[in-house]
Amino acid sequence: MSLNNLATSRRAFLGLGAAGLAAASLGAPSAAAPIATKARIVIIGAGAAGTALVNRLVQRLEGAQITIVDARAEHLYQPGLSLVAAGLKPASYTVSQTTDWLPAGITLIAEHAAAIDPVAKSVATTGGQNLPYDFLIVAPGLVLDHDAIPGFSLDMVGQNGIGALYAGPAYAAKTWEAAQSFTEQGGIGLFTRPATEMKCAGAPLKHTFLIEDIASRGGAKGKYEIHYAAPQAALFSVPIVAEKVRMLFGERGISTHMQHKLLSIDPGQKRATFEKTEVDATTKAETKSTVEMPYDYLHVIPPQRAPEVIRQSGLSWADKWTDQGWVEVDQKTLRHLRYPDIFALGDVAGVPKGKTAASVKWMVPVVEDHLIAAIQGREGSATYDGYTSCPLITRVGRAMLVEFDYNNNLVPSFPGMIAPLEELWISWLMKEVALKATYNAMLRGKA
Amino acid sequence: MKELTFETLIAVFEEIFGRGLFWIMVLAALVVTGAYLYVLIRDRSMSMRKFLWAQVSMPFGAIAAVVFVQAMTNSHFRDIGGPIDVIVLLGVAAMGAIGAAILVYTAQSLFRSKAA
Repeated sequence: MSLNNLATSRRAFLGLGAAGLAAASLGAPSAAAPIATKARIVIIGAGAAGTALVNRLVQRLEGAQITIVDARAEHLYQPGLSLVAAGLKPASYTVSQTTDWLPAGITLIAEHAAAIDPVAKSVATTGGQNLPYDFLIVAPGLVLDHDAIPGFSLDMVGQNGIGALYAGPAYAAKTWEAAQSFTEQGGIGLFTRPATEMKCAGAPLKHTFLIEDIASRGGAKGKYEIHYAAPQAALFSVPIVAEKVRMLFGERGISTHMQHKLLSIDPGQKRATFEKTEVDATTKAETKSTVEMPYDYLHVIPPQRAPEVIRQSGLSWADKWTDQGWVEVDQKTLRHLRYPDIFALGDVAGVPKGKTAASVKWMVPVVEDHLIAAIQGREGSATYDGYTSCPLITRVGRAMLVEFDYNNNLVPSFPGMIAPLEELWISWLMKEVALKATYNAMLRGKA
Repeated sequence: MKELTFETLIAVFEEIFGRGLFWIMVLAALVVTGAYLYVLIRDRSMSMRKFLWAQVSMPFGAIAAVVFVQAMTNSHFRDIGGPIDVIVLLGVAAMGAIGAAILVYTAQSLFRSKAA
């Protein structure tokens, strides 16, 4: 054969190596000089938002006194809870230590914030410390109001067909115990959603899709029915996504009960009571009635609100979400509308969308920009457009990479490559393998 | 995703396979590639006879890579939902095929250097 002696040489390899090095050096980022300041910055909350911001601030500022206030020793990777509650990951997948992620040169106060005085510009902690600030970042997350559902308590999770995956890693794992027996034995699966704003509004749908998928291939095959009950009028806040989910629910035989708000449960009888709202098409008059629904597996997501310390401090909206207390901020800059030294990040921010880790990734650089501009005595220019992303899992192995903004526009990261409303394997791969790594990089201030 | 840096990419792969397994695989890939370059430079030519065996191994490498990725990610062939998924799958298979070919070629060169 004439190809028998394909020549290879050292010179050719050296050439290749040099080309590779040249290509690698193209991507190297340039670092701006740090800004010298004596500003006192207090951050309430070392969750996704607080941690990502503090790691970026220490790279940008020199000499700032940065204090982060959070009593919780464990950092939770909350996007993983859906996977834990479907038996795809162990509870430990979502847990790390708060201190693992915090940079050197800042102060961590392992206490809760007890009071905020936005006029005197200080934060009091539960341990009695008083922290005066020049700038305050409020990022404490939200609280799950489990007591708002009579008949339900967290110690029930995992038994008698009750699940509540939002409550944390251990409860997500217990949720899978209850859901697993449903996927093996069948019966009626009842999936709910609260009437309040909530973090990751896709998660109630993901849990429904995942448990249906696992049941359809497990012992329950042909012996189960799934009901999805939600207080809203649509399945998702973004109309185009709501329609797609409606079609998928139709294909999968999942019954929907819109404008059904979970009021209480009777775990002994395995019945849930809902408040059903009907709107007259012509007069728009609302009539409310109560409806009881039986279940063999019930997924409870409680109402969600801003932490008490936020609601007591006068930072909340006075005319919006009055039962929930989200912080009154400009939706583009996340700066407080009455106290310009205060910003809100993450779940607690009173903006129409954005209670996800992906939103936090987009919010943090905006607050960083305005904060640093304020320190330098100028105006920042970055804006947050409401970007929220949700790898909406529809089966084990498939998801839709839904990304949208305040205007309910789809804003795909990979247009023409990854279709937002298609159930794709690649979107699943992103959720299952790439998301946590990206999240971790975000925590370190590097994504 | 907002920025995709090399560092993010490494972190992503560490997450996919676990830190230990990932770096063992990187090390294995580097060793095999190094050995491949070594035999090419040493022999000053590519042996088509060895390359034939390398080609025979390619389908097996492709299948092994696909099965490995699916096992690591709770996935199956039924999850292929669109063109991009087919491209990803073919990409995984191609990498497995090329990896297997390089491995087999190098192994033959190192252990039966007189044969061809």
